[in-house]
Amino acid sequence: MASVTLENLQKTYPNGFKAIHGVDVDIQDGEFLVLVGPSGCGKSTLLRMIAGLETITDGSLSIGGKAVNDLEPSKRDIAMVFQNYALYPHMTVYNNMAYGLKIMGLSKDEIDQRVKNAASILELTDEQLSRKPRQLSGGQRQRVAMGRAIVRKPSVFLFDEPLSNLDAKLRVQMRVEIKQLQESLGITSVYVTHDQVEAMTLGHRLMVLNAGNVEQLGTPLELYEKPASLFVAGFIGSPAMNILDATVAEDGKSVVIGTDTVLPVGANGVEGFDGKPVKLGIRPEHLEITPGAEGALPLTVTLVEHLGADTLLHGHFGNDKTDLTLRQSGTHLAKAGEVLPITITPNHIHLFDPETEKRIDF
Amino acid sequence: MLKRVHFEPSLLPYLLVAPQIIVTIIFFIWPASQALFQSMLVEDAFGLKTEFVWFQNFEELFADPHYWGSFQRTFIFSFLVAGLSMSIALLLATMADRVIKGSGIYRTLLIWPYAVAPAAAGALFFFLFNPTLGFIPYTLQFFGYDWNHKINGDEAMALIIFAAAWKQIAYNFLFFLAGLQSIPKSLIEAAAIDGAGPSRRFWTIIFPLLSPTTFFLLVVNVVYAFFETFGIVDAMTAGGPANSTQILVYKVYNDGFVGLDLGGSAAQSAVLMAIVVALTVFQFRFVEKKVEY
Repeated sequence: MASVTLENLQKTYPNGFKAIHGVDVDIQDGEFLVLVGPSGCGKSTLLRMIAGLETITDGSLSIGGKAVNDLEPSKRDIAMVFQNYALYPHMTVYNNMAYGLKIMGLSKDEIDQRVKNAASILELTDEQLSRKPRQLSGGQRQRVAMGRAIVRKPSVFLFDEPLSNLDAKLRVQMRVEIKQLQESLGITSVYVTHDQVEAMTLGHRLMVLNAGNVEQLGTPLELYEKPASLFVAGFIGSPAMNILDATVAEDGKSVVIGTDTVLPVGANGVEGFDGKPVKLGIRPEHLEITPGAEGALPLTVTLVEHLGADTLLHGHFGNDKTDLTLRQSGTHLAKAGEVLPITITPNHIHLFDPETEKRIDF
Repeated sequence: MLKRVHFEPSLLPYLLVAPQIIVTIIFFIWPASQALFQSMLVEDAFGLKTEFVWFQNFEELFADPHYWGSFQRTFIFSFLVAGLSMSIALLLATMADRVIKGSGIYRTLLIWPYAVAPAAAGALFFFLFNPTLGFIPYTLQFFGYDWNHKINGDEAMALIIFAAAWKQIAYNFLFFLAGLQSIPKSLIEAAAIDGAGPSRRFWTIIFPLLSPTTFFLLVVNVVYAFFETFGIVDAMTAGGPANSTQILVYKVYNDGFVGLDLGGSAAQSAVLMAIVVALTVFQFRFVEKKVEY
């Protein structure tokens, strides 16, 4: 049990490439923090810096109040689950879990008790304990990798995309198991993923990284409801938020899409952008089909995706054929080529500065 | 079970494998069977008459203490050559694996000795270790050691072991390096997080995972030491002094082509063939069980 504190943590590779541009975060004891971002955003690098597998160029890292910048990975009291599980192929499952404990110098009985305990938590049978990793299925290997982390009784768990090698169904199941396990053990965890659904469901807090910068840090719902930048808006939520070009009215009380669609902005309007162009974000689930409504956007449907519970309608509107996606609950029998009148729910719009790409609060 | 695919009977497949089979027959099966046949013949020195004597050549061979001496030397020689060249190669490969800058040049340089012909390697060591001209005996003299492999049999043996091992290091290095690079980095990292220090990581993770490579190299190196070291022995010591470096493969040549005892020499090569087959079978039956694939 420990908190993890990152202060202005930076990483520059010897070739001059700056992978991490200064990260500040205070991870509470028992918290589940998810690092999320697209490939190459530096999230794995950051995790490996916490683990001690990458050197820290600048800033400070402390685990449980103790600075660990220059400590060996084994001295940091952490355990890590790797993307490819990194199980020792020549050892049995039992020995895979016992390896670190033997190095710790624990007694045979203690090792046996810890391994058996972890195995029972993870529902691994005795028969499976005597097998080699290659004789196990993907999900079982995943469990062994978790078991190897649990037996060490570390202060911090580090997960590096542990579910990305599993099939979709197993991924959902293991996601739930990881969440339950983390809650019952109460161990501080840092979890890296590029999958925003995993991030939203697992984390107490999410940190969205983009090109080595922290775009936003907050709870899943904060990120969903108030994305701090265009990047976060596009990254969190599936399908992605629609981003449209709009202009703020001269009085700042409304935004105009095209010429006809006028939407009121909040209760008091927006300040400082009078008459200026902005980016307007609206999630697919906050669009409605409203026949006969005034100022509706005429959406030409190009593709319909039936997901069962929902229907996704893809299409475009206007002279510049701006793309738009909307989500309708249930089944909607629209066809490609059809033109539907679409209205935007005004209290769900997001505005972004087109130059800085930051959120405009109103 | 997969069903076997059936093709119309045709000459083509036979034609396609024919070159390989012809080469094997001409250059292996035929000479080997000739040697087996010849091992049962006794020929006079002028080649005027030959007599079929069944296993008499073998009986004489096994009664000859020189032959058993050569046997013993060959085993010491092979064991040390394989052990020395593999352990040095593994050490070099482990170090090369860690090199980041200029690794290409470093590796290329380490691979070069493999391109040197055994006789050329022999000549190289001949000059390096020559008791009158050589650099190494000259250096050793400063430490009060008088090196002369032309009169000291143990030194001569050490010399050919060293030369034969040196020649093979490059080859072993190449395979060990490839083996090391195929071990996922995350395994090493996981072991580091588990608290294993560098040497513990090497012996408990890396070395066991290299075992397929090590096993393959063991087979290859033993065969190498048995057969392909002829050139080195011939160029450096020619089996001397006083037969102290006469390993089996050199004795085959010496008795057959210098001593002109063709039947006895053929019997020796038959025995040599049997030994290598037996060793290889042994390695596959017993050592391979310890290999993790």
